Amino acid sequence: MSGGLFDDLRDLYQEVILDHGRKPRNFKRLDDADRTARGDNPMCGDRMELFVKLAPDGHIEDAAFQGRGCAISMASASLMTDTVKGKTQAQARLMGENFRALAMTGVCPECGGEIADDMERLAPLSGVHDFPSRVKCATLAWHTLNAALDGGAKEASSE
Amino acid sequence: MDGPIAPWLNLDAVRADFPILSEKVRGKPFTFLDSGASAQKPRQVIGAMVRMMETAYANVHRGAYHMSEQATEAYELSRVAVATFLNAGDSREIIFTGSSTNAINLVAHSYGRGVMQPGQAVVISEMEHHANIVPWQMARDAHGLELRVCRITDSGELDLDDLAAKLADGRVGLVAVTHMSNVLGTVTPAAQIARMAHEAGAKVLFDGSQAAVHRRVDVREIDADFYVFTGHKLYGPTGIGVLYAKGALQEVMPPFLGGGDMISEVSFERSVWAPYPAKFEAGTPPIIEAIGLHAAIDYVNAIGMPAIEAHERALVDRAMARLPQIEGVTLLGRAQDRGGVFAFALDTAHAHDVATLLDRAGIAVRSGRHCAEPLHERFGVESTCRASFGLYTTPAEVDLLADALHQAREFFR
Repeated sequence: MSGGLFDDLRDLYQEVILDHGRKPRNFKRLDDADRTARGDNPMCGDRMELFVKLAPDGHIEDAAFQGRGCAISMASASLMTDTVKGKTQAQARLMGENFRALAMTGVCPECGGEIADDMERLAPLSGVHDFPSRVKCATLAWHTLNAALDGGAKEASSE
Repeated sequence: MDGPIAPWLNLDAVRADFPILSEKVRGKPFTFLDSGASAQKPRQVIGAMVRMMETAYANVHRGAYHMSEQATEAYELSRVAVATFLNAGDSREIIFTGSSTNAINLVAHSYGRGVMQPGQAVVISEMEHHANIVPWQMARDAHGLELRVCRITDSGELDLDDLAAKLADGRVGLVAVTHMSNVLGTVTPAAQIARMAHEAGAKVLFDGSQAAVHRRVDVREIDADFYVFTGHKLYGPTGIGVLYAKGALQEVMPPFLGGGDMISEVSFERSVWAPYPAKFEAGTPPIIEAIGLHAAIDYVNAIGMPAIEAHERALVDRAMARLPQIEGVTLLGRAQDRGGVFAFALDTAHAHDVATLLDRAGIAVRSGRHCAEPLHERFGVESTCRASFGLYTTPAEVDLLADALHQAREFFR
């Protein structure tokens, strides 16, 4: 890749983020979703619709999303839908809470224990903490997940 | 820097007037290409405001003592300076407000709801800033007005045939359109729009928030009924806007806000309004900001609008020569008559990602929808980056932007 001008931005735009941004995983509609919610950061132009399918015992069987937005918001939604599959709703919410801490501060003291491996997968997004105006791009997917799991608020925003 | 590009505009001297331009961003020179959102301030403006607070400040129109009289005189002199700047016939036609947004809301309330009749229509255009959309939606809903939206062409110019069609039934009371788009840079043919509106029996308002910075505005030549601009985009302070309104209209318009300074008599039963423009300036006005605006107008006048226009034309030519050449860059709007505002999209990256990269190079651009969401929908784009120029912008900065955009595209490939 050419252009030394932006080399120090590789911390923010790590290869895994560029990859998930270009080719988001789980980028589809789930017609049999039990929960859905929209996420919208209208000032930015980031929008997504999130689909969650729950198993009979309540754990997250499948998650997918559709939408448009910056590389950070798309990569975050892509990584999130990958990592929450198979998790209980409580685990997913706990991951979201810790992800927001990670995005805002760059560190996550509570990211050990049973969620350690999954938080490790989300770690490439921790670079956004150096870019205060971009934190909301990374957290939109998780706000939207909470809205979907709540079932009540159908529209989320991290602005 | 390439040195002066218009022989009468000394770019180095101009830049030296703006202290912030010597700041570094992430170790790089600060390349400020967001003057369309808010312009930087020269020391002449900063100094005038500080001097006023240090030597001549008191409330206006109230105290029978020296300082208040001085402050009142300075405040009213600012009104005269604004009137001259717009070539208004009478300084009483200048109303000070808090912003362009406040000024449009004043007209929407006082004229839209106070003078226009339910069933009458307001015409806006597809390229309006939210400030010239939302107040009219509110007036529509509260007062039964109809809101009509005049189309723009694919090149980003006002579709005058559509305007004629929108005016045809004679029910339009007001045409409220931008004089220069904050996204496309398009300068609208104000005199022609005013003529069309007047022939159809409508009044006309121009949102000059961008135009007044880039062009000489003559409200009598274009025959505007209302003209709006703001201090902070004209190298002045935030917190002050201007509404030019013809005296005959101010006469019949009811006040917008009630309070001190806008009455000549108050009892608990009734109040008598002060004569215009005081009737529209309730409460303590933005006094220090008015002094700052006066200094900004003096500053712009000292350089001269013709020099500013010539400088900007050169920057626009440079941008038009460079930006469309970059692979993957799409410019929004190709108006013939345009100012130094460019919105663009990059094929490989979202506007926010581009802005974050440009920031790394010390370049400040706006990203998102620039308070013009319907316009972005019109062009079918989610969001854009916008580079906007000021009188201190250099051709080298335009080149820097073009080079950085080229590298940004490579980065995201």
